Amino acid sequence: MDPARKRRVRLVVALTAAVLLAGALVWASFGEAEGAASPSRVLRDRSGRPYQMTGKVVTGSIRHEGEKVLFRVRDRNGTASVPVLYSGVVPDPFRDGREVIVSGHMSRGVFVGQRDSLVTKCPSKFQSKPSGKTI
Amino acid sequence: MTGAVGFACLTIGLLAALYAAGAGAYAGHTGRREVAVSARRAIYCLAGLLAVAMVMLESAYLRSDFSYKLVAQNSSTDTPTFYKLTAMWSSQEGSLLLWAFLLSAYSSLVLLATRRRLRDIAPWATAVLGVVAAFFLSLMVVFGQDPFARLAAPPAQGNGLEPLLRHPAMMIHPPLLYSGYVGFSIPFAFAIGALIRRRTDAEWIRATRRFALIAWTFLGCGILIGALWSYSELGWGGYWAWDPVENAALMPWLLGTALLHSVMVQEKRGMLKVWNASLVVGTFTSALIGTFLVRSGVLESIHAFGASTLGGPFLAFIAVVLVGSVALVISRLDSLRTEARLDSLLSREAFFLLNNLVLVALCLVIFWGTFFPLISEAITGSKESVGPPFFNRATVPLALVLVALAGIGPILTWRRVTASTLRRALTAPLAVAGLALIALVAFTGAGRSGPSLAMFTLIAFVLAVVGQEFARGAAARRLVSHESWPAALAALVARNRRRYGGYLVHAGIAVLLLGVAASSAFHAQKDVRLLPGQSTRIDGYTVTYRQPTAAILDDRAGTGAPLSFGAVVDVRRGRQHWVMRPSRNYYAATDGTGGAIGRFFMGDSTSEVDLRWGLRRDVWSAIQPDLTSLIAPIRVADRRFANAPGRVQALIIAALAERYRTHAPAATFRFIVSPMIAWIWIGGAIVLLGALTALWPAPEARRRRATSLAAARLGRELSRA
Repeated sequence: MDPARKRRVRLVVALTAAVLLAGALVWASFGEAEGAASPSRVLRDRSGRPYQMTGKVVTGSIRHEGEKVLFRVRDRNGTASVPVLYSGVVPDPFRDGREVIVSGHMSRGVFVGQRDSLVTKCPSKFQSKPSGKTI
Repeated sequence: MTGAVGFACLTIGLLAALYAAGAGAYAGHTGRREVAVSARRAIYCLAGLLAVAMVMLESAYLRSDFSYKLVAQNSSTDTPTFYKLTAMWSSQEGSLLLWAFLLSAYSSLVLLATRRRLRDIAPWATAVLGVVAAFFLSLMVVFGQDPFARLAAPPAQGNGLEPLLRHPAMMIHPPLLYSGYVGFSIPFAFAIGALIRRRTDAEWIRATRRFALIAWTFLGCGILIGALWSYSELGWGGYWAWDPVENAALMPWLLGTALLHSVMVQEKRGMLKVWNASLVVGTFTSALIGTFLVRSGVLESIHAFGASTLGGPFLAFIAVVLVGSVALVISRLDSLRTEARLDSLLSREAFFLLNNLVLVALCLVIFWGTFFPLISEAITGSKESVGPPFFNRATVPLALVLVALAGIGPILTWRRVTASTLRRALTAPLAVAGLALIALVAFTGAGRSGPSLAMFTLIAFVLAVVGQEFARGAAARRLVSHESWPAALAALVARNRRRYGGYLVHAGIAVLLLGVAASSAFHAQKDVRLLPGQSTRIDGYTVTYRQPTAAILDDRAGTGAPLSFGAVVDVRRGRQHWVMRPSRNYYAATDGTGGAIGRFFMGDSTSEVDLRWGLRRDVWSAIQPDLTSLIAPIRVADRRFANAPGRVQALIIAALAERYRTHAPAATFRFIVSPMIAWIWIGGAIVLLGALTALWPAPEARRRRATSLAAARLGRELSRA
């Protein structure tokens, strides 16, 4: 085979492999993705499909029952809230009013969180709110 | 006063950076040496100004001067001094100042080192570095992220440093990561200079290769220390979570790894020029993306600085860098023609190219997963995200290929390898890998996880190859010099620092991945609720909750937490027996939650993990005390002692803590037994050793002398024979 033809064949093989791999990646990611949703959207959908729910922990709603933790998550800017049942250890920054992300699905009116899926996101984590006016 | 001086430093610094950019470009264009010198000195001046600004801000932290917004936001009089010094980079503004300072310091060092070389490229590199510095300074001076902003009414007390950040790693993790990010701007600047001047030979690579390696080492150490921090401090027991910001640090590191390999191909064979130029641009851009991610609030991450206004300027800057660089590369395609063709697929350059493709693919996979919420929102309209299972499934096969390549690469020669050479070089390592596979299946449970078994076998292969390379090199030396084995090994490494440093890095990565594969596939975890006296079993260990503990102003980690509740836990396995003391620190609420007493129990709390390190396995423990039983007495105390003197309130708090200790309810524990996790950190140390070996300068004169001595000795040997 002459060198130019050999190079072309190599290029075609490499590009085909790259396209196939990229296709697999796209397919896998869309297949595995969980929808990120607000509590009100989770409440509207009655199909029980898995969601990654993002919202704020309702103040005063956290209750520990044995190994389980019960709390409510509300819309970031709203009042609609969903009761969450989560088992396992909650992350350090978890507390009233904090923004959380938890994966799970609705079952009999309660959002059952997957173990170890709770992530606490704190908008003020590395930066507290300004405590006064700046000059 | 210091605030005004600090801001003045930043403003003059911005002018100096802009001057360096303009003068550098002018000098590059006209070739006027004195202007180039002046541009370089402007960068030195910038480094000096930013050092002064850093000192000003740190001194405000040390004085607890709450008239500074930043100091009031993330420090307090009761924050320990160590953490006052680190509080600066816990804020957006302070971290930008650190970034800019490190950039100016690096730029000064590299411009000083190259002042007598690369006379046509260096002025343009100075200009690029000036532009980058000007961008970061403009964020502080123009876009309102002024670290020296003052408060009209300074509070009497500050908020204190976020409790989660009170860990010794806070002193080194962010500066190391930033040093890594910043360091990649040096090769970028010189590459742009080389492209502008059409000096596309390997000279700019030789001049900046060392800085790319330094940046790579810093970034790698930063990532690893972050992982160690997460494992030993955060109460979830893992070291990697595929969090967007973790990924953002990993991407430039992977591209940097690719770059360090592919520049060798350009140096030795004059190939892959377009690829190298693109990789340099990609590495720097991904470092910028990493800095951007934490500041833009576009992705949900635990590391984020919170929604801020910096997204726009950052995106604009990244777009300018990308579009400008791509346009420049395209306009220089004619000068970037390769000087040689690939002779054979069985050659070192072919395998380096393959390694590059896998590393870039790995980076693209991680990029795709990290930005998937944005991609899916653009395509389907709903924000979806992928989690660790996606990342694990997509990256493990690529990592396996990469480890195999790390084993094969060192035994291949440039241009082409003959079948007999390959056979000779591969026999022993393949035998070792085969034996390792048989032993793993026969004597351990490693067969339960296919990918782990494959990884262990490949790791044995890599270690055998590296061992063989060292042994062969030393043996060849001994043939000539008749040194002892250790002396021959030491001399071998000293004479070929880059090569053997590189091999050490390969061995270190293999050891690190050994820890990753073993601990992720075979760890046991148990979340359990125990009353004092109760026991549980995990992975052959019997764990007993012996007694609760309560401490006031006496947390073991010295973070300044007023209260900590924990447990004394007995751990037994056969004849082994030891005690662990996991606890949880409670910090007073500063946002008005709870009353005068209650706020001490209702603020932030952080896990103080206790873990027992071991080469074979780690036993890790964390506790979540249940303070529900204290809520009623706290409410009563809040009502009755709201206005009591501080001394009385302290007594009440002590009494409440004592009540918990004597009437403790069940607490939730997490126990983890992870095999071989210590090898991650050991592997990291080997990588660092290898990188330092490769970086250590071999003085030109000494190298020449040594070469001539060896030649003379060889001559004597040959004449005797």
